Amino acid sequence: MKHLTSILVVFELIFRASRLRFAGRACAGLMVASLVGSGVWAAPDPTQQFTLRNGMTLIVKPDHRAPTAVHMLWVRVGSMDEVDGTSGVAHLLEHMLFKGTPTVKAGDFSRRVAALGGRENAFTNKDYTGYYQQIPAARLADVMQLEADRFANNQWSDEDFRKELEVVKEERRLRTEDNPHARLFEAMTATTYQASPYRRPVVGWMSDLESMVPEDARAFYRRWYTPANAAIVVAGDVEPQAVFALAEKYYGGIASAQLPERKPRLEPAQSGLRRLDFKAPAEQSYVALAFKVPGIRPGAPGADLWDAQAQDALALTVLSAVLDGYEGARLDRALTQSDDHLADNVGAHYSATARGPVTFMVSGVPASGKSSAALEAALRAQLKRVAEEGISAAELKRVVNQWTAGEVYQQDSVFNQARRLGANWTMGLPLGFEADMLERLRGISPAQVQAVAARYFGDDELTVATLLPQPLGVKRIPRKPPPGTRH
Amino acid sequence: MHFKNCIFALSMLVAPGAWGALPIEHWMHASGAQVYLVQSPGIAMVDVQLDFDAGDRRSPVDKTGLARVMASATRNGVKGAAGQSALDENALGEAWADLGASFSASAGSDRLTFALRSLSYPDVLAQASALAARQLGEPAFPDKLWQRDRPKMIASIKEANTRPATVAARAFGKAVYGKHPYGRETTEADLRNISSADMQALHAQAVRACYARISMVGAVNRAQADALVATLLARLPQGSCPALPPVDEVQPLSGPSEQRIAFDSAQAHVLVGQPGIKRNSPDYFALLVGNHILGGGGFTARLTEEVREKRGLTYGIYSSFAPGLHAGAFTISLQTRPDQAQQALDILRAELQRFVADGPTEQELQAAKDNLIGGFALRIDTNRKLLDNVANIAWNDLPLDYLATWTAQLQRVTAADIRQAFARTLQPQSMATVVLGAN
Repeated sequence: MKHLTSILVVFELIFRASRLRFAGRACAGLMVASLVGSGVWAAPDPTQQFTLRNGMTLIVKPDHRAPTAVHMLWVRVGSMDEVDGTSGVAHLLEHMLFKGTPTVKAGDFSRRVAALGGRENAFTNKDYTGYYQQIPAARLADVMQLEADRFANNQWSDEDFRKELEVVKEERRLRTEDNPHARLFEAMTATTYQASPYRRPVVGWMSDLESMVPEDARAFYRRWYTPANAAIVVAGDVEPQAVFALAEKYYGGIASAQLPERKPRLEPAQSGLRRLDFKAPAEQSYVALAFKVPGIRPGAPGADLWDAQAQDALALTVLSAVLDGYEGARLDRALTQSDDHLADNVGAHYSATARGPVTFMVSGVPASGKSSAALEAALRAQLKRVAEEGISAAELKRVVNQWTAGEVYQQDSVFNQARRLGANWTMGLPLGFEADMLERLRGISPAQVQAVAARYFGDDELTVATLLPQPLGVKRIPRKPPPGTRH
Repeated sequence: MHFKNCIFALSMLVAPGAWGALPIEHWMHASGAQVYLVQSPGIAMVDVQLDFDAGDRRSPVDKTGLARVMASATRNGVKGAAGQSALDENALGEAWADLGASFSASAGSDRLTFALRSLSYPDVLAQASALAARQLGEPAFPDKLWQRDRPKMIASIKEANTRPATVAARAFGKAVYGKHPYGRETTEADLRNISSADMQALHAQAVRACYARISMVGAVNRAQADALVATLLARLPQGSCPALPPVDEVQPLSGPSEQRIAFDSAQAHVLVGQPGIKRNSPDYFALLVGNHILGGGGFTARLTEEVREKRGLTYGIYSSFAPGLHAGAFTISLQTRPDQAQQALDILRAELQRFVADGPTEQELQAAKDNLIGGFALRIDTNRKLLDNVANIAWNDLPLDYLATWTAQLQRVTAADIRQAFARTLQPQSMATVVLGAN
């Protein structure tokens, strides 16, 4: 998650409000390259995990540096659990969770959290939905009570649904419709995946939003918001046993329900390059390449998490950092620096953990007078170079050093630690996964990195998307729904 | 604009000692630099921020953006010096990555800022501060790299000009600030006028030890901090720091203005505002609380309630002040479907007028205080947030007990204070309005 040059919009994380305290952009421009890990430096990890009597999970991470705490509710449901025709319902439901219960009327959830001195928001992506409050630690019980109530008893009027649906459509217009790169990624994702539900945008297709009805959201809520499908994460100035007692009190009594079967909807092997041109009003072109590669995913119970695929995922994590993990890393140096440079900026992105399939992406903006085709070829040449020549021990040591230091910096934000604990839980990863992953990254050899560079970057599992800039003012996609659709 | 907003955001993070007074140590380093330290031994890391009065408000009118460009170019390599060979951009990037540390420079309208983050292990910190000193004091500003980077920046400006939000914000900045530097946007012509010699000259003039305001948070004691400062500043010119010339103030608007800009976008962008306050305004706290109620306080704010919650017209509507060394803009902004722009604008104006005329209710005032005061601890619960707060105090010459008295200052604010402060500051009948992309 570098800020300086990478313009990849890969993490499609959508919030209820746009002004976040989430991973706030530092005004001073400090950059922390922290890609993995949450292990505590040379100290035992104080994080504890519990199971409540109704099957709900609780994860507590004490950190007593300040008298504050963060409380998060994670539901293992995201846009990947939707079906065609109601794309966007997971995210829309997230918005509706703020619209009340029989005992807390619409808007009062936010008012009560504010009265406690708290900050709050919620977010949805392909894999999960999360809700959080940051509060003085003494207010933990209050927000747990509020959150447990809406998890169990969310209830709202059709009228409130109708208004919030309009808010979400505005959100789609803001984030996607008026952002050429976001639209390109939306189209690209829909090309990369055919059977996997990852092909749909988290915010939903506009047509699906236009036709969404209240019962779609209510049914989704009944289906997925059950104790066995949720985890509470609390981090900060708290004692695990005391939090466990509170969780049993407020969440433990929520009736458990059978979790519906999840159809695998596996993406079949891609057998040949897919190419996509995307026209949008812009000044600069842009090209992105997505290669399907392995990730780290828990298999059957008892299976080794760190199987051969996971080993390759570790090597791919190193590859990504060697290409684009620091100022002047390989891609920058090769493509943006020479007198006749091909690109104004370039990036590589890979995230090994997800509930669904993962890709390794490289991308860039061609320099003025250079073609996207030339940049595409040059990006692939850099991957080929690693496949043929490998990487140096110095490069490997450098990125491991960065991650190791990043582990220390990561401790500063209790919020980010809670976020990682929750996200890992939704993916079925064990407690301590991050520390384990960092330890295993330290053991990756240059030869392993060279091997994955040789194995995964052919044509067969590749999707290439190119932005073709159009002059401003040219009529684009029709904005109004076609006649006959509901509004 | 962004930077000024940041200043406000940072100052909003500041608040009083909820778990005991926060000890901020302040002293003048031998070089003349002002140093502010909060010791935070919990994590083996240190953050240092150095601020200089060399933001773009001081850039020549035909070289707008010089400060930002210079800041960005400090990563292009450092000169060689006694016993040390020069480092080019890549050697520098590698050295930082090898240390697991980072050093960056940035500029806004007011401040030129350098920031170091390092582990506090003595061997790592010694190397990181020595490297930072070279980058701070002896950047190479190679002309070849400026000739390479300038076209990239021009292309990026052209790209930004295709986005509705950028075009609307630029028009709004001009309308609110007129000829004042706060309203200037870097253009292709500015970039063509800027040379690497200009960067050298700005650096030599501005980046001097006795001009520095240094804020530090981390696992270092005072003696270690003072030594760290000495290392960081060792390569800067020592000696005199003459007073810098004053910069003109932002002029009040002479009357209302309204621009309708045609744009083919999925949403219209609506901006309404005027010059607001300077950071040293006595109305600061009343406006902070008032704005929280009007449109700064998230889901519970009036504007959000009226425009988003009740009517579903937008994803986000916000009001903000941007107090800086000059009167930064008061801004209300929203985006909505093109055919709803006028309706949203009408509601926005009515709510603003009502708020300026009547102020908040007692109930709203209490709710805002509950949130701001009750949540004080959340403003200083990480090293990063502490650093923002300390730098705010350092930059704005706020008293060292500013955090300790913050809640009391807030508690004192009355509904009448807010009404009067808004009435003094804002003239809803004479504001600048920009509506882009409406039907």
